[in-house]
Amino acid sequence: MHMTESEIRPITAAASTPVDDLEVLDEVFTVRDLNVYYADHRAVADVDLDVRERQITAFIGPSGCGKSTVLRCFNRMNDLIDIARVEGSVLYKGIDLYDPQVDPVAVRRRIGMVFQKPNPFPKSIYDNVAYGPRVGGMKGNLDDVVEQSLRSAGLWEEVKDRLGDSALGMSGGQQQRLCIARAIAVNPDVLLMDEPCSALDPIATGRIEELMKEIQSEYTIVIVTHNMQQAARVSDRTAFFTAELDEGTGQRRGKLVELDDTGTIFSNPADERTEAYVTGRFG
Amino acid sequence: MALTEPTTSSRRGIDFEALKARRGADIPGQIFYGVILAGVAVAFFMVGAVVWDVIDKSWVIVSDRFWNFLTSASSSDPAKAGVVQGIRGSLLIAGIVFLSFPIGISAAIYLEEYAEDNWASRLIQVTVRNLAGVPSIVYGLLGLAVFVQSLRGITGGSSVLAGGITIAVLVLPIVVITSAEAVRAVPASLREGAYGLGATKWEVIRTQIVPAAMPGILTGTVLAIGRALGEAAPLLVIGAVGWYTTGNNDFLDQLQGAFTALPMNITYFARDVAEIWSPHAAASSLVLLLLVFFVNLVAIVARARISKKLGR
Repeated sequence: MHMTESEIRPITAAASTPVDDLEVLDEVFTVRDLNVYYADHRAVADVDLDVRERQITAFIGPSGCGKSTVLRCFNRMNDLIDIARVEGSVLYKGIDLYDPQVDPVAVRRRIGMVFQKPNPFPKSIYDNVAYGPRVGGMKGNLDDVVEQSLRSAGLWEEVKDRLGDSALGMSGGQQQRLCIARAIAVNPDVLLMDEPCSALDPIATGRIEELMKEIQSEYTIVIVTHNMQQAARVSDRTAFFTAELDEGTGQRRGKLVELDDTGTIFSNPADERTEAYVTGRFG
Repeated sequence: MALTEPTTSSRRGIDFEALKARRGADIPGQIFYGVILAGVAVAFFMVGAVVWDVIDKSWVIVSDRFWNFLTSASSSDPAKAGVVQGIRGSLLIAGIVFLSFPIGISAAIYLEEYAEDNWASRLIQVTVRNLAGVPSIVYGLLGLAVFVQSLRGITGGSSVLAGGITIAVLVLPIVVITSAEAVRAVPASLREGAYGLGATKWEVIRTQIVPAAMPGILTGTVLAIGRALGEAAPLLVIGAVGWYTTGNNDFLDQLQGAFTALPMNITYFARDVAEIWSPHAAASSLVLLLLVFFVNLVAIVARARISKKLGR
């Protein structure tokens, strides 16, 4: 483990759950008793997990296991869904993200997101990257921010001569790297990636994975992926989720099975369901 | 065996006949194609016939004194009568309707982006849809009661102001419905992308939703202006005249005094029993067609420019 120990960060009063049994590491997210409901349907049940700083944490599991739903709790994207309701605590460096005083807009500026399907804005490449800084109130010359962000995303050399062109004319892989550049441009602390490569070919996927490794020193990354090899290749720790049938309601709900070092999850998991999944016998 | 030589049985044992185009295999498809082609032909024929008829009947005026017809006021002399008052009335009505568009677009944005999905907002949506289907003459009665009579102090009675506001109310549901559909059609991925970068709701609406919905909103406004220019029934009810000879000396008088509009001109010319006026009815129709065509052209150019800017 390359993690260093540090003191427990202060927990706000809003956090009602005991945290003294946590591993004493730099935790970016601390999730306790997380339940997410879509109307009456409990989509995620009783999730406890933690995400560590400057690590890549992968969420894997079959469809409907709630991994994306949990990810979207980290930057309050579930707020955009009228019928979604979040219970339990999601602490970001000790602050309850669902505290009534917390502004989701401010949360999303520190915790950026890259989506499943590349979603560049119908604007120029430059304006896509400059969008975040602009809505954040940054005035004046954004050339440096745009260049730096595109360089970080490994896209600068490909697009530097056509920054004014529409982003919609780029290839899928380029578009997704543009979305990463766009997320980086607001200088976030965390990057959430929701199956960022599922719409990309293997070469473009490889480039995104390299990129994740490169920027890992500066960002905490949480990635949801359907691709187990991808989780094994890029992540430091892996959380395995599964969908289980609720006997009472007959509905399927997502549960966290285990979270451990990626090597352990793939070679020596504690739970047999994890083993069945990673060895391809299930899902 | 060369692949180019079709044989009854290839090396891999697939019968060539199985892949061969069968004669008459897709009869329903061919019939469907024929039917839609016929539909297009009928539509073109109808439009062409109307335009041809209008030009043919108005040719006496169009070939001889079209500009004079456009710029002359009404007159009892068929050789001098023109429709400048009608054009002015129609343009003023279109202007008032245009001023009402922000109200309709705002209502659409409210319904789609702000209103909670509950029985009240659903009731409003259904009501707006129903209002779009209310016959225009009913709006004429509303205009007569409210804008001509109750608000006489402001509108001056049967004026272009009363007529314009009535027509604006009439087309507002169309603007709301088409704008709401355009807003709804903005992909969720755009919203999420913008929210994900820390944009506020207002910023998402201003920088993403409205620009992306603008082509659709423009389509709705074109439909609305086209409808507004063509409506005669509500204007008849609120007391627009076919022609007038007095007043309209200053701007306020133009808004509050007696008024006419192109559909009214057409009605009055066509109603006259004297055959001598029928070219005037056709020529007025031609002017109205050209006006609607021009408005549509402006909107289509505007939409194309916005779409290009959005990179689509």
